[in-house]
Amino acid sequence: MTLLEARGIAKRFGGVNALDGVSLAIGKGQIYGLIGPNGAGKTTFFNCLTGLYRHDAGRFWLDGVELDTRSPDRVVKSGIARTFQNIRLFAGLSVLENVMVGRHARSGVGALGAVLDTRAFRAEETAVRARALELLGYVGLQARRDEPARNLPYGDQRRLEIARALATDPRLLALDEPAAGMNATETAVLRTLLERIRADGVTLLLIEHDVKLVMGLCDRVAVLDFGQLVIEGEPDTVRRDPAVIAAYLGATVGDAP
Amino acid sequence: MNLPQRIAQWWVHGQTWPGASWTRRLLVVVALALLPFLLEAVAGRAWVRIADIALIYAMLAVGLNLVVGFAGLLDLGYVAFFAVGAYAYGLLASPQFGIHASFLLLLPLGAIAAACFGVLLGAPTLKLRGDYLAIVTLGFGEIIRIFLNNLNQPVNITNGPQGVTLIDPLLLGSFSFGKPHSMLGVTVAPVHAYFYLLVCMVALSMLVARRLQNSRIGRAWAAIREDETAARAMGIDTRNLKLLAFALGATFGGVAGGLFAAVQGFVSPESFTLQESVMILCMVVLGGMGHVAGVVLGAIVLTALPEALRVVGPLQKAAFGHVWIDPADLRMMLFGLALIVMMRWRPAGMWPAPGWARRTPSAVGSKPQVAARGRDDAP
Repeated sequence: MTLLEARGIAKRFGGVNALDGVSLAIGKGQIYGLIGPNGAGKTTFFNCLTGLYRHDAGRFWLDGVELDTRSPDRVVKSGIARTFQNIRLFAGLSVLENVMVGRHARSGVGALGAVLDTRAFRAEETAVRARALELLGYVGLQARRDEPARNLPYGDQRRLEIARALATDPRLLALDEPAAGMNATETAVLRTLLERIRADGVTLLLIEHDVKLVMGLCDRVAVLDFGQLVIEGEPDTVRRDPAVIAAYLGATVGDAP
Repeated sequence: MNLPQRIAQWWVHGQTWPGASWTRRLLVVVALALLPFLLEAVAGRAWVRIADIALIYAMLAVGLNLVVGFAGLLDLGYVAFFAVGAYAYGLLASPQFGIHASFLLLLPLGAIAAACFGVLLGAPTLKLRGDYLAIVTLGFGEIIRIFLNNLNQPVNITNGPQGVTLIDPLLLGSFSFGKPHSMLGVTVAPVHAYFYLLVCMVALSMLVARRLQNSRIGRAWAAIREDETAARAMGIDTRNLKLLAFALGATFGGVAGGLFAAVQGFVSPESFTLQESVMILCMVVLGGMGHVAGVVLGAIVLTALPEALRVVGPLQKAAFGHVWIDPADLRMMLFGLALIVMMRWRPAGMWPAPGWARRTPSAVGSKPQVAARGRDDAP
């Protein structure tokens, strides 16, 4: 069963083809890795998928329904959440508030309800708070809920960002380099967390440079280079592919001058 | 804890005044009820009037705080909404067009008109941030003022620079705020009656603002203020929420404008200059951006301070037998000095929100590490 299907996604920046007709399919319950050298178009693909960029060609389907990527909030409501390569928490808000913001798309009482302090408003606030606390427990940050997000150590900030993304009840969670800058211990904790999220029924798409993590964790891997899909398959197949080796090391030895 | 300790606690830690209770609330109500009479007895009726104006500014500060403090959108043209509300009331309750509509009709009308102007300002600025947004809002404020100044020809709508005069005082049922009333042997002058009405309006504004702040909407605004891209990625429709901030902020301005027109009985474009916008922003920043009670304090202090500094004229006369420095100049100098001192040593404002160290005001520069002083022991 395919959860996300991308067909012919293209994005140009001036004369640069950042994405040049990328097509891929992610199965339900998979952990799908997107790798490639710097500038290959991985983050651009994420930004197109999550509505931060508008792609020039191609379409996405989520669970058979075409995805409306005209604005990020529509994408979130459809069930795709993301994290950022350079962590983007709401630094001045508390840890708990960060996760509560993530519930925005799944709650609906407006300004009037809040001003009149209606019963629906109170019930929803209680529910939002409870769900946020539950998620903080899930990623192991409940003890630090009242601290400002900026005070958390790096690894915790990464996990908070994941909790915030999970608060939107995603079917697909897209993680942009979740292990970047982490030490081995933090990466191990992260890996356990990601496997648990998958076990709870969320499909994962991750961009990652940590090859060990990708090969060990992912069910399938796609390699991008110069905006094009080089190969897509099982980690072991991908690892041995000459085109992948060429993409990472520049060229084959025979081409050297 | 004795009083100086409490004050020190409040000043250093920016916490809520300790020991809230119903007794305290009752005391506040009684104190507010007696305040205009006390003011009149001690300082004269002029000061009751100053208190009225301070309360109108407090409403404006609460409204602007919604936009600048909550959503982080720097608005330098806020006084335009005040003007819209004031003229809406002034034109429809004065001999200008011979219309004398009811206050109960005009106040919502002014609020809605201001909200529409809020959206009108918000729509083209949605993609702008920081300095660029500030410049556009500044331009907007000036446009409104210049329109009011020049809409006396070819058809005379606003009466131009002369302004609208003889505006009706408020009339609630059969109770007119325009003439003195005798109640229980006490004479309540118009300035007193307005004082009570304005206190209620400010209290209502504060309640609305605080409820908004602690809601899904307030959290979304805070998210936009902290990181707009991340806010969008969390499913927040930033366009609608920014427009909502502008519209709601403007609503407060519109209501304050209507009340201002009624209290003054006269409006002219002169009351709605850029200087006024800057002053309201100062109230928000100095009071404690993002903190509803703080910005009200800011408004009261910044309205009262220049008035209080009028005494420097007579003081010089008494001390030296001659006025060496023009009181008006000295007032502005001391005012400027107060601003510098505050921004240098207390950038989060006089009365910052509890937990203020972590609220980085992103619209107006103030370094969090400076603001973090003395907050290490926060719970």
